[in-house]
Amino acid sequence: MIEYFKEIVEGAYTLAVGMGITFVRMFRRRVTLDYPYKSLTMTARYRGHIELKRDETTGQPKCVVCMACQKACPSGCIKQLDGQKPEGAPRKVLTAYMLDFTTCSLCGLCVESCKFDALAFSHDYNLTSMRKEDYQTMDLLKRVGGAK
Amino acid sequence: MTEGMLMNLVRLLLYLVGMIGFAAFNAAYLTLLERKQASWMQLRRGPTEVGPWGLLQPVADGVKLMSKQLLLPRDVDVPLFLLGPIMVVVPPILCLVTIPFSETVVARNYNLGLLMIFAFGAVSTFALMLAGLASANKFSSIAAARIVAQNIAYEIPLLVIVLSLVMTTHTFNLHTIVAQQAGGFWHWNLLKLGANPLMPVAFLIYFICLLAESNRAPFDMVEAESELVAGVFTEYSGMGFGLFFIAEYVNIVVGCCLATILFLGGWHCPFGLLPGLHWFLIKMYALCVMVVWVRWSFPRTQFYGLLNLSWKYLIPLALANLLLTAVMLKLF
Ligand code: SF4
Ligand code: SF4
Repeated sequence: MIEYFKEIVEGAYTLAVGMGITFVRMFRRRVTLDYPYKSLTMTARYRGHIELKRDETTGQPKCVVCMACQKACPSGCIKQLDGQKPEGAPRKVLTAYMLDFTTCSLCGLCVESCKFDALAFSHDYNLTSMRKEDYQTMDLLKRVGGAK
Repeated sequence: MTEGMLMNLVRLLLYLVGMIGFAAFNAAYLTLLERKQASWMQLRRGPTEVGPWGLLQPVADGVKLMSKQLLLPRDVDVPLFLLGPIMVVVPPILCLVTIPFSETVVARNYNLGLLMIFAFGAVSTFALMLAGLASANKFSSIAAARIVAQNIAYEIPLLVIVLSLVMTTHTFNLHTIVAQQAGGFWHWNLLKLGANPLMPVAFLIYFICLLAESNRAPFDMVEAESELVAGVFTEYSGMGFGLFFIAEYVNIVVGCCLATILFLGGWHCPFGLLPGLHWFLIKMYALCVMVVWVRWSFPRTQFYGLLNLSWKYLIPLALANLLLTAVMLKLF
């Protein structure tokens, strides 16, 4: 008999504790961010699609068209990688860099294989498109602003 | 037609429109309250897009539900299937007829108003069961069977509690019950410890039964999304589905109105100031907030846990309460 009443009192007490917890939380600060209006800056190690890096001094893409990244990619995502050597220039200049993002696994082998620090993961997490083709041939050179 | 009859007719029509409007408004905005309150408890923000602070969200929901197709699955019992949502939604709206919102705002002041509300409440659950059976879907059928068991289990303590309350008020007339509680919160039935020292417990039992009768979590065996898809609502689409939701919320409103009348002094102010409609609404909506609060605090119990709660705890307590009331009535 004592057990029975103990059970009732204990049950009621735990329920009250539960409701207390939710009550306090009702007045806590909200953690939701109004996403389309505000967004967080992505963490440093986030892996978005790969992007070309620029040389700060010249403004040109750092890539020297050594093809190492294309060879390293296990999925053959880097479809077209062309460059040419203008008269008198010390190195090749990139003219085309096409990525197939639909098969990229973001493994990072291309970034690691680049000895010229010309590739990096972007922090863009807002990619959208209604067409598959937009990601089958992503023009990375255009995304970085073209060759100047 | 005499002048008096015309006045009566106009009064009737106005109350009819008012009741349906009140029911629809509450159903719409209690969903918003529910979503907002739930999101606050979970540190979210809830609907914010439609209108300022999401205030027009219920309108958007309503338009969405109405613009959807009403599907009739192949094997359903068509008349019952279509009748189900209507029979679920009409009784709670009818119950509003006899609720005295204030001294003067009451559509029909029946002598047996309290009984009428429970009678229609039973129709509502019966209709839910029919809708479940008519759906020709195993999830709906399981839910229908559960509804019957659940409602039998919870109607008993509910009625026993109300019975012990009626023993102290000596009337079924809701208007009179409120009138008896005039003048300060210490006159409310909730604190009428002279008539029955267990009154606050009785209120708690009533409240738990109210949750169970209106099929709210943690007692929402009717829907039970995680195990029964959507229970009796599985086969319903569009506004057929919407009507069940309206009924659920109107049921809550009726239950909270009744709790306000029976235990919390209806339209009377706690300190004897300015009695009126506003006090009734404040108390009623405070109870609605409680109902939502409970729902988002506790997970659904298992079915036998639900029946255990009723048969092992609520019914014995309610009976003890009844006995005590009778003894107190005889002694004092
Ligand atoms: S991240 Fe991996 S899969 Fe993607 S392009 Fe670079 S090497 Fe290829
Ligand atoms: S490895 Fe670096 S430098 Fe070589 S082609 Fe790729 S991006 Fe250009």
